[in-house]
Amino acid sequence: MSMRTPLKNVRHLGSAKEGADHFWLQRVTAVANLVLGLFLVWLIASLAGADYETVKATLANPINAILLLMLVISSTIHMRLGMQVVIEDYVHQESSKILLLLLNNFFAILVGAACVWAILKLSFA
Amino acid sequence: MVQLTLPKNSKVTRGKTWNKPSGKGNWKEFRIYRWTPDDGKNPHLDTYWINTDECGPMVLDALIKIKNEIDQTLTFRRSCREGICGSCSMNIDGTNTLACLKAISDVSGAVKIYPLPHMDVVRDLVPDLTHFYAQHRSIEPWLKTDTPTPPTEWKQSRDDREVLDGLYECILCACCSTSCPSYWWNSDRYLGPAILLQAYRWVNDSRDEATGERLDNLEDPFRLYRCHTILNCTRACPKGLNPAKAIAELKKLMVERRV
Ligand code: SF4
Ligand code: SF4
Ligand code: FES
Repeated sequence: MSMRTPLKNVRHLGSAKEGADHFWLQRVTAVANLVLGLFLVWLIASLAGADYETVKATLANPINAILLLMLVISSTIHMRLGMQVVIEDYVHQESSKILLLLLNNFFAILVGAACVWAILKLSFA
Repeated sequence: MVQLTLPKNSKVTRGKTWNKPSGKGNWKEFRIYRWTPDDGKNPHLDTYWINTDECGPMVLDALIKIKNEIDQTLTFRRSCREGICGSCSMNIDGTNTLACLKAISDVSGAVKIYPLPHMDVVRDLVPDLTHFYAQHRSIEPWLKTDTPTPPTEWKQSRDDREVLDGLYECILCACCSTSCPSYWWNSDRYLGPAILLQAYRWVNDSRDEATGERLDNLEDPFRLYRCHTILNCTRACPKGLNPAKAIAELKKLMVERRV
């Protein structure tokens, strides 16, 4: 039985004075994903049936490579933010929450790094 | 983790049937959630039959009739019986609403009545709103000013007053907050739609001088940003208000003050 007042519980540790950046970045990356995603669809369509050499040549073009890299970065950031929200919503046990949030960061960075490496490899091959 | 099933001692069982139809009339069945902390038993659904020809039109009329004539132990809150005090909020026919504004004839078949979802129950249809009221207290719902108080009153233009329409009408019935999944899972830290609508009402008041401080107190991943625009709140509000929009406006202000 807690003897704290209800207001004490509500005020808890106070406001984190944070959250607007998270909210804004999620919107910005959503817009970026939309635009860059269209580019990806277009790129894949235009490369349909192309051989390895053509694909390599296309990715050697810095504009294509950079747009793809931006898509990877934007979408992994978006994914990390989204999964963070899901974890905070549903996982309430403090230690598993922290662990999952950590894994979420590592996972997003791993996915991002792997994609970046693949694009660079093709681009500079 | 979020708890998706009821604990064993909260499972709802079948209860008694009261006042079975006898004689002519339009008989309506009410299945009502009953629980008391006194007997250690699980909650149960009691069935009450009412001749609606001899009863007022609203669900609250039926509840009052039951309490007066059939079963005095039935416990619920009510006061104004005209949708202005916010006491009689409960879950009727699957939606949170005010019993005094919900017509019996709007419900087809048996009228199922439960307390507001996901709140501790004090008894029968009475939920424990202590935490909800403390959350309201935490947003300091009163005029805050530093300018010395004028001798007569704080003036407000007609246009500035109009901005509060759709906000000041909130009667804090908690129908919206208790319909919000985010509030179900995180009400310990998330303020919920009712309180955020109230917070926006004060942020938006032309006479209030603590706008920035109020926003500071709200800017928090849990207090404000647990809202994911699910919109249950707006659908539930028996006063036709739009808490989801008020929350979206708060989020907009958070961005506005930094870009
Ligand atoms: S819009 Fe926000 S406050 Fe309303 S039900 Fe959805 S999550 Fe809850
Ligand atoms: S916004 Fe509507 S549902 Fe929510 S507390 Fe106010 S009156 Fe009730
Ligand atoms: S009794 Fe006052 S709102 Fe229903």
